[in-house]
Amino acid sequence: MTSPYPMLSVLGIFLGALTIAAWLIWLERRLLALWQDRYGPNRVGPFGLLQVVADGIKIFMKEDWVPPFADKPVFILAPAIIVVTVLMSFAVLPVAPGILISDLNIGLLFVLALSSLGVYSVVLAGWSSNNKYALLGGMRAAAQMISYEVFMGLSLMGVVLLAGSFSLPTIVEAQRDLWFVIPQFLGFVLFLIAGLAETRRTPFDLPEAESELVAGYHSEYSGMKFGMFFVGEYLGVTLISAMITVLFFGGWLGPVLPPIVWFLLKTFFFIALFILLRGALPRPRFDQLMSWGWKVMLPLALVNLVVTGAVVLAWR
Amino acid sequence: MLSILQSIWHVFLHTFQKRVTVQYPEEKPYLAPRYRGRIILSRDPDGGERCVACYLCAVACPVSCIALQATEDEHGRRYPEFFRINFSRCIYCGYCEEACPTYAIQLTPDFEMGEFHRQNLVYEKEDLLINGPGKYPGYNYWRVAGVQIGGKNKGQAEHEVAPVDIHSLLP
Amino acid sequence: MATVYVDGQSYQMNADENLLHGCLSAGLNLPYFCWHPALGSVGACRQCAVTQFKDEHDTHGKLVMACMTPAAEGTRIAIQDPETVAFRAAIIEGLMLNHPHDCPVCDEGGECHLQDMTVMTGHDYRRYEFDKRTFHNQNLGPLVNHEMNRCIQCYRCVRYYRDYAGGRDLNAFALRNTVFFGRQADGVLENEFSGNLVEVCPTGVFTDKTLKRHYTRKWDQQFAPSICGQCGLGCNTDVGEHAGTVRRILNRYNHDVNGYFLCDRGRFGYEFTNSPHRIREPLLKGQMVSADKARRHLRDLLASGTAIGIGSPRASLESNFALRTLVGPNRFYSGMSDTDAKLVALMIDVLRHGPMRTPTLHEVEACDAVLVLGEDVTNVAPRLALALRQSVRQQPIEIAKTLKIPLWMDHGVRDAIQDKKGPLYIATPYATRLDEIATATFHAAPDDIARLGFAVAHALDPQAPSLGDVPLASEIARALKHAKKPLVIAGPSCYSEAIIQAAANVAMAVGAQLMVTAPECNTMGTSLMGANPLSAAFQAVKDGNADTLIILENDLYRRAPRADVDALLNATAHVIVLDHLVNSMSGKAELVLPAGTFAESDGTYISSEGRAQRFFQVFVPSSDIQASWRWLTQPSWHSLDDVLAAMATALPQLARAREAAPSATFRMAGAKVPRSSHRASGRTAVLANINVSEPKPPDDPDSPLSFSMEGASNHPPGALIPFMWSPGWNSIQATNTYQKEIGGPLRGGDPGVRMVEPSPSNGQSYFSGIPSVFEPREGEWLLVPMYYIFGSDELSCSAPGIAELATTPHVAVNAGDLMDGEEVEVRCADGMFRLPVRIRTDLPRGMAGLPAGVLPLAGCGLPAWSTIVRIT
Repeated sequence: MTSPYPMLSVLGIFLGALTIAAWLIWLERRLLALWQDRYGPNRVGPFGLLQVVADGIKIFMKEDWVPPFADKPVFILAPAIIVVTVLMSFAVLPVAPGILISDLNIGLLFVLALSSLGVYSVVLAGWSSNNKYALLGGMRAAAQMISYEVFMGLSLMGVVLLAGSFSLPTIVEAQRDLWFVIPQFLGFVLFLIAGLAETRRTPFDLPEAESELVAGYHSEYSGMKFGMFFVGEYLGVTLISAMITVLFFGGWLGPVLPPIVWFLLKTFFFIALFILLRGALPRPRFDQLMSWGWKVMLPLALVNLVVTGAVVLAWR
Repeated sequence: MLSILQSIWHVFLHTFQKRVTVQYPEEKPYLAPRYRGRIILSRDPDGGERCVACYLCAVACPVSCIALQATEDEHGRRYPEFFRINFSRCIYCGYCEEACPTYAIQLTPDFEMGEFHRQNLVYEKEDLLINGPGKYPGYNYWRVAGVQIGGKNKGQAEHEVAPVDIHSLLP
Repeated sequence: MATVYVDGQSYQMNADENLLHGCLSAGLNLPYFCWHPALGSVGACRQCAVTQFKDEHDTHGKLVMACMTPAAEGTRIAIQDPETVAFRAAIIEGLMLNHPHDCPVCDEGGECHLQDMTVMTGHDYRRYEFDKRTFHNQNLGPLVNHEMNRCIQCYRCVRYYRDYAGGRDLNAFALRNTVFFGRQADGVLENEFSGNLVEVCPTGVFTDKTLKRHYTRKWDQQFAPSICGQCGLGCNTDVGEHAGTVRRILNRYNHDVNGYFLCDRGRFGYEFTNSPHRIREPLLKGQMVSADKARRHLRDLLASGTAIGIGSPRASLESNFALRTLVGPNRFYSGMSDTDAKLVALMIDVLRHGPMRTPTLHEVEACDAVLVLGEDVTNVAPRLALALRQSVRQQPIEIAKTLKIPLWMDHGVRDAIQDKKGPLYIATPYATRLDEIATATFHAAPDDIARLGFAVAHALDPQAPSLGDVPLASEIARALKHAKKPLVIAGPSCYSEAIIQAAANVAMAVGAQLMVTAPECNTMGTSLMGANPLSAAFQAVKDGNADTLIILENDLYRRAPRADVDALLNATAHVIVLDHLVNSMSGKAELVLPAGTFAESDGTYISSEGRAQRFFQVFVPSSDIQASWRWLTQPSWHSLDDVLAAMATALPQLARAREAAPSATFRMAGAKVPRSSHRASGRTAVLANINVSEPKPPDDPDSPLSFSMEGASNHPPGALIPFMWSPGWNSIQATNTYQKEIGGPLRGGDPGVRMVEPSPSNGQSYFSGIPSVFEPREGEWLLVPMYYIFGSDELSCSAPGIAELATTPHVAVNAGDLMDGEEVEVRCADGMFRLPVRIRTDLPRGMAGLPAGVLPLAGCGLPAWSTIVRIT
């Protein structure tokens, strides 16, 4: 299943993921503008596509400032963690037949594990900034991500039961007849919500709620260190969209068009959905977020798991 | 739950609506005569400087971007020796125009003042003074003020009686 | 104290005062015009109307004028009663009927009592549609501007000018709504205190003409508390600056010193700081050099040779001390002529070791019998003359007291006492302005004046040394003996030790207070510091003991004969001059350093009262001007506080000078005191023509004041008040809100530390050096100094307004065979001068007067015998 030219795959996915993440900034601004009856960035390059380049140059030119009161090593380390963990998740992502870096038989668990590691980045950033807003943001992020991780994993167990494997290519192949979104609709909804929370996207962007916490855990960050958080967030969005595609919408499977195109189309659809949700939904209160996670989502995920297990048992 | 889906749908429907952005500079917007843009200093109907250097615009300015120095001609007419606006600080709030008791300082519908060097945004009196009365064609402060200037003696302003003869004993 | 209920709230008010005084003291806002704390009540303007209730059951009440109603125990009034509020609004509408549409071009705008009161009263729309009456203005001289259209007929100006300051040439003319305040014809206001009209006038009729020449609103001026350097009295001032030039002087209320008023020399003499003759950059052999290079040159000169320093009585304690430290105490010489130094030392000795106390200016106003020996008070210590004009009212005021007329009821008191005057005896060589209120005057030679003093002392106490019969002596002795608070005034003006000794004898004999005058702002301070005599410096150079001479803010041509100074400057290899203005000294110096005036430096002066007072830097000049003590600094000194600390160690007698004002570490609510008002404008534009990026405001390491509008907004302690302002009170009347009680001390105490206190138990014995009677000589004249408020002071003469009024060199003689205006040659020991003659019939025969402090006559040692030769 893995690629015949592994290094090519590695490079392709690495650069592809980064490029997509970068252009997502542009895409998000254009789409948000579209839904708010504006144009968004449309001046730099065709359709404003080079805006990202301009912004990239700017952010590299900015002063790389570390506040004197910060815990310097941790402060520098934190933004790197988020980018590294998200990028590593891409290693097990089956883009198309032959475009896969590593076909781990526990691929799904690997992704979940790395997403759990990602929380360290945010907590450490908040802690090392030595700033009350940053610390509050970091605390919120930790609470939110740990809570939502629990049922994120559980919501996927139905898919694993149906496919009988943790290996992502195997899960895609298991959907040749029926996308898992149909038997596992509840699981899909739960995973979508958990994914939003994991990437700290609106409406679950409480860790950086600018109206109350300045910019939360990255208040003190500037320049390319801030850019890393930024890129990390968009990589996360890409990853979660790709995971939804792989786990519930048959990955690269589809008629006529080549598999990679199907994969990309489906992924972009979910990215657009993420942006639409940001454009449409307000932010809940933090206690509402927590009680939703523990009191509604977790029981639902358990019910989903039990019912799926029972059905699978009965079917066999 | 339903309302959440509803609002997502409503936002999505905006995909098909007309955009409200005006594509300046290709499209020029309409600017009302009372638009608050570049500041000018106007002149009396008879061509004299309207500004009497009272410092009220300077004190009204929330960003302190107006500086001037008062001086007088040999007949007692007060005018600014220099009058400077630092447009790189100006926020075009129009308070200076509100404060001006002589209609001298006025904001105009011109906002295209971009410069590559900030220093060029410092306007002196020569740059600000126009050759006309601006929005208030008939007004001349000195016609209503009580002080004496060249060409207008005591008692010659509007609504003034002739000066009192202090040595007169008549009741 | 009486309990007064205002709008249902109880307040403690001074029962000897009126309700307006009480309400304002309690911090209530009650509008007024004709009342002034120093002038009392006349009830003319009707603006301070309040409703007075009979008792707590009375709900209707009656309208009374707060300024005309005593603050009696249990009085119930309402300020906010709707009817009274409407009444006050109607009054101000009436006052404003003819007020012109002038505020934008009026110098009073923004600090106008009329504006404040109009806003306070709520009158905001002019309904009057008819024609306004107008007046022609008068030219009142170079100091005060007249714009009569603006007058609201409150009568404060004439009440101040005539009743308080004793002027005669300003009066009310015409009648009804055409009442005019001015002179009979155009001309310079004669009174020496005419500048106070600017602050007394509630609107813009009288404004500061020097300010008009470089006008800036009050809110745009950067102020610092300062001390007037134009005479020895140490009046407190606030100095306003904008964009690098000093714009004006305002009175800074100090209950003990100047109260509400300044003299014209103090108020308008500041303009020398803006003179084109200012030394603004260091000059090395006539070439402009950088401050660094000048400092290096100074250091090299000090390292290579023997330097001596000459201090100055017009430089601050700190500057004198810096020079003293730099050259060493043994090589530091007094900046006063030997005669001056000896006289001032004698005065200080008398005051410190004798039993008599030197009164504050405020205490002088309360003295009820005064003897002036040898001093032309109006011209030497002007503000003291204004205080004496109040003191002569003290005895007659008893009449009003017996008639039970409250003392604040100004018209009543004046009607009761008519033109009665208390005892004031003046003995001077020539007639003075105060003679008009004197009980008796005595114009004689300095020796005869001293004899009069000794005779008075003997008449008071037979133990005092006796001399033959002197006319007036017993009358004066009787007056002093019967007074509750007698006062003797003397000083060095006549250059006579005997006069000071005689005054001391009188004061000791009757237990009077003794007020001395000092010719310059820090005469007392430099004398307390102690230094070698000036003649020793001349000798040291002559003997070749010094090759470098540092002269601190001192024009030696005013201290010693021209020939001697020329010889001194020529004999010294390196002359270093620190001064403000170009003069004949700076022209001959190798190195000239630009010394900061009161406006550009911090420092401490000790006034003739012995009060150490701090003046603060007003602005940071764009040139290299800085305080002399900074030019002459030591490596370990970083700020004024370091200099003061070093001075306290080196000169324990001056240690308390540190307490004259809070140190630089003082903070209010954690912040410095802002020098600019919170409305200061133009911060981002005023320097934008130089660079569009505005600079950071300069730091001030020397004082708790900041060079910006940022800082604590509450009222600072008295020594640090940069300007008087309170919400709703933009004019100088805001002074009311800084006082414990209106007209009383400032909250937190009046600034300044008295360094000279008597020691009553010392048992000082009488002086006995009685001079013999003055004998006129045939064909010779005794030259005595004649003082002029405009002209005798060095620096103020460089202010254009003062210079216009200043006297010119002349010789004054009694009518004889000389004609007025005729050129003569005056020959005395110190030189020969060609001068025009002025006939002064008040000069005793055998005496001639030379204007004091006027170059080139200033260096002559006086009194001196001279011959006057007609030029044929």
